[in-house]
Amino acid sequence: MCGIVGIYLKKKNLHVKLGNYLSGMLDNMSSRGPDSAGFAIYNKNNKSRVYKYSICFPSDFDEKKFKMSVNNQFKDILIKKVSDHLVISTKTKPEVFISFLYDNYKELKIIGYGKSIEIFKQVGNPKDIVKKFKLSELQGSHAIGHTRMATESAITLDGSHPYSTGEDECLVHNGSLSNHNNLRRNLIKKGKKFDSFNDTEVAAGYISNQLSKTKSMKKTLTKCLSNLDGFYTFIAGTKNGFAVLRDEIACKPAVIAETKDYVAVASEFQAMAHLPNVNKAKIYEPEPGIVYTWGN
Amino acid sequence: MGKLENLDFKKNSLRKINNFLQNIDFKKNQREFVIKNPSGNHAICAGLKEDISVKIKGHVGYYCGGMNQNARITIEGNAGTGLGENMMSGLIHVKGNVSQSAGATAHGGTIIIDGNTSSRCGISMKGIDIIIKGSVGHMSAFMAQSGTLLICGDAGEALGDSIYETVIYIAGKPKSLGADCIEKKMTKKDLLKIDELLSIGKIKKIKSSKFKKYGSARKLYNFKIDNVSEY
Repeated sequence: MCGIVGIYLKKKNLHVKLGNYLSGMLDNMSSRGPDSAGFAIYNKNNKSRVYKYSICFPSDFDEKKFKMSVNNQFKDILIKKVSDHLVISTKTKPEVFISFLYDNYKELKIIGYGKSIEIFKQVGNPKDIVKKFKLSELQGSHAIGHTRMATESAITLDGSHPYSTGEDECLVHNGSLSNHNNLRRNLIKKGKKFDSFNDTEVAAGYISNQLSKTKSMKKTLTKCLSNLDGFYTFIAGTKNGFAVLRDEIACKPAVIAETKDYVAVASEFQAMAHLPNVNKAKIYEPEPGIVYTWGN
Repeated sequence: MGKLENLDFKKNSLRKINNFLQNIDFKKNQREFVIKNPSGNHAICAGLKEDISVKIKGHVGYYCGGMNQNARITIEGNAGTGLGENMMSGLIHVKGNVSQSAGATAHGGTIIIDGNTSSRCGISMKGIDIIIKGSVGHMSAFMAQSGTLLICGDAGEALGDSIYETVIYIAGKPKSLGADCIEKKMTKKDLLKIDELLSIGKIKKIKSSKFKKYGSARKLYNFKIDNVSEY
């Protein structure tokens, strides 16, 4: 099953409400996915050269020692701790910072990075996860989220969505792919790295790889239609907005509600029943095989 | 319960509301009910049995009015997957759009949809009449066995795939026809049936002469008498 949600705010004065809106959406979708949950929240900071690295650490991790070590190595480190996640802000470029983490802290999971994106995900009921990461307090322009009912890989952090495989990119998926093993092998040959055996991570990797070539989300997702086999409704996020695609058989549901203030996407209408003026929104189902984008 | 304000999802659970509507006390002489704040909940008004009328003020989730007998249900909003699934009789009228598999496997009664409905509308339908004022998605009337599907707009790909005795009337165009579905000659009886359905749906803009008829060519395996010996 799985539940996916996304919200894109059209007005800046609503940005303070983003986390509040999304937490209600994830909460309502716990019936579709009680195993794990996660979300990516986009909040562009003004200092455009600063990267944010979202990291999950294990329970026996020595944070103090880690903080001292990164502060010694890099000068401008700012660390935000939320439950078992750290968001580290620094001007240090990904190729330098990520290799530093890989080389020195193998126990850390780097779950995403970019100038806008912050990702939080963990095993457990969405209702608890939303509280644990204090989602309702977070702000930003747009966000996507996922509640997982595990099917093809284990209930672990590695199996939790969203998957981020490129700067400020992320993907949530309701469905299952059937040609992911083959695709994964091809992408590994091209230099992509994968952390799990999950099908969605492969789709995310595929999308990142295409996006680096086409520079267009619409073109990239259109390519998915011919190269990804299986069932899917995707919400793919980038720093400017997100896109929605359903496979052409369209077994996996999705509904869109659009008002002058926001665009909301969810697996079921009940995920957005709490949003302001939703009963006056334009509500429709995304058509199979058609790419819908906002802000991209 | 029974009072209008109690059929409100802000005040009561789905189970309590459904249980009340499924066990109407006719001594109270009330036949009309209003449900408030449905908020996309699933299975609202599933399994109703009596000739009552229920108005739902808002959007509903999956399987609304499923297995319905006799009740007349009006939805002032959109409906999710499986509207009126396996309905036996009665009426469901949706004023908005409907998601996939509307009227799936339904044996009788009528569904009226003012807006559009997506894929697999009337899949395996077994006697219901479905009236759609807008368009339908792909694979509609898949393996449809009996009843009538009237579409005022267009249809998606593979309309009527592997269809049995269901008759499809469509005013717009199907994007493509499914296996064994063909256009058929319109008879006087067909025109009368279309007029009847248009009047039930209160549709005045389109004349029955605008519709085309589609049904089974009866060429698939199960229609061939030679294959009977297999069983």
